[in-house]
Amino acid sequence: MADDTKQFNATSYFAYIKDEKKLMGIRCRNCSHLSSTPRPMCPSCHSKDVEWHEFSGKAKLSTFTCISIVSVAMGKRGYGRDNPCCTGIVTLEEGPRVSAHILGVDGNNPQSIKTGMALVLDPEEIDPEDPALAFRPA
Amino acid sequence: MTTINKKRRLGRNVSIVGAGMSAFGAFKEKDSRDLFSEAFQEMMGHMDQGIDIEDIECGYIGNYSSDLFEHQGHTAPIMADWLGMTPVPMTRIENACASSGSALREGVMAIASGMYDIVLVGGVEKMTNLATDQVTDVLASAADGLYEVPSGLTFPGIFGALAKAHMDRYETNLDHLLKVAIKNHHNGALNPKAQFNVTIQSLMERRKSRAQERGQPVPDWQTDMDFLNDAQANPWIAWPLRLYDCAPITDGGSCVLLVASEIAGNFTDKPIHIAGIGQATGRPLHDAEELTSLSSAKAAAAQAYEMAGVTPQDINLAEVHDCFTIAEIIATEDLGFFAPGEGPRAVDEGRTARTGDHPINTSGGLKAKGHPVGASGVAQVIEIFHQLRGEAGERQVPNANLEFGLTHNVGGTGGTCVVNILRRG
Repeated sequence: MADDTKQFNATSYFAYIKDEKKLMGIRCRNCSHLSSTPRPMCPSCHSKDVEWHEFSGKAKLSTFTCISIVSVAMGKRGYGRDNPCCTGIVTLEEGPRVSAHILGVDGNNPQSIKTGMALVLDPEEIDPEDPALAFRPA
Repeated sequence: MTTINKKRRLGRNVSIVGAGMSAFGAFKEKDSRDLFSEAFQEMMGHMDQGIDIEDIECGYIGNYSSDLFEHQGHTAPIMADWLGMTPVPMTRIENACASSGSALREGVMAIASGMYDIVLVGGVEKMTNLATDQVTDVLASAADGLYEVPSGLTFPGIFGALAKAHMDRYETNLDHLLKVAIKNHHNGALNPKAQFNVTIQSLMERRKSRAQERGQPVPDWQTDMDFLNDAQANPWIAWPLRLYDCAPITDGGSCVLLVASEIAGNFTDKPIHIAGIGQATGRPLHDAEELTSLSSAKAAAAQAYEMAGVTPQDINLAEVHDCFTIAEIIATEDLGFFAPGEGPRAVDEGRTARTGDHPINTSGGLKAKGHPVGASGVAQVIEIFHQLRGEAGERQVPNANLEFGLTHNVGGTGGTCVVNILRRG
């Protein structure tokens, strides 16, 4: 059960992922809108009556890129020209989308990565120092 | 959500009477103040009927990140000092790559409000001090630092994801993207201010001659497409985008002089009028309504068209924000020049070439002219200013009756979009 005393912000969001291996967003109690990025006000109807909502972690890949010229942070994790980093826009089964690192695919062979493929959240791969969302093929 | 569609009018009309830009490129020895001064001096030297610096009342300067690029914040007063304009008020406007598009809008509104008659607007960015990975990180900070960037997304990465979505949904392919680059380099080759004042064909020939001079194996590229399809010559940046799909890292400055239209005749016989302005915000790609379009561009364009009282088919030429080749294709669809998914075919058919029925990026665009991010929005306006006045030289659009030109300036990945429609006086 989500703790509604936790502030609806990124600190809580990443704490849920790191500590409880859960992908949490918010649900508006007024209009039922789901948002994958927690905030204290519903972006759809502007109600402040929001609650934590746990996403199942089941998703599909909507679009992606394989990045060769990587950020400094991804460079430190071993990604780069020889090992492109696959990042995608992932649609959760509940509807909202997230940006996420895609693991378990070959960044050197983008043709082998298919949009529409089923994905699951991979909370084990979260770097506690630099938490980011990661998914892998289901 | 309804207020965005409210009909809006300027309190009084505003015109552009002068323009100047620095050369665009990589200039190790120049700081942003040097670049902006260069743009300003060119503008002052080319005012048709002259102007006294003392008559300029106010300034807005677009700059994305002198803080991170040069470790220099509070840029506006430094520019005022270097132009010899203190104590005239100057304000830095930051909206990522749309910074000077927004600066121009602020200047227009300052005059339309009745507060000022003569306002300087421009933009500047000095980017080449940093290494490529650091520049990549600075640019990525215009995306959502909490929910996009940690996933590994870079700027080319976000546009790569947009390109993939466009390719999945429509008949867009990699060749369409490369053809945008070839076209824009063709135009850039005719622009002496461009960072890449050269066609891709010429770049290829140069590479071949250099190899020959050095006694190295000469690549067997026959056409520019051969060259662009060579993974060594044109490496992946963020699949499906390659090096030549990306605008370069650039130093440069740009400025124009805005005046109340009622006094424009004091400065020139050929003023260019602001017919419509629009600006809108959008959400990160993962929260966008569509993965193949920028909602902010469509909203900003709707405002500008409404204010100007024109339709997309009335626009004679446009400078659009081709930070990546796919961004130009999507822009031509978002602006209504072509139906969604028809942008790639328009490129194939040469409709967006300088001689086509919808000339796009006659300056060379960000791709070939260069993209000093904070200066780009006003640099786009400068190209339209020269084209509508019939003074674009070798790259002049071959149509004596040009009336309307449009600029489309995107901040971030569509977090901001500014659209301006200019009209010949």
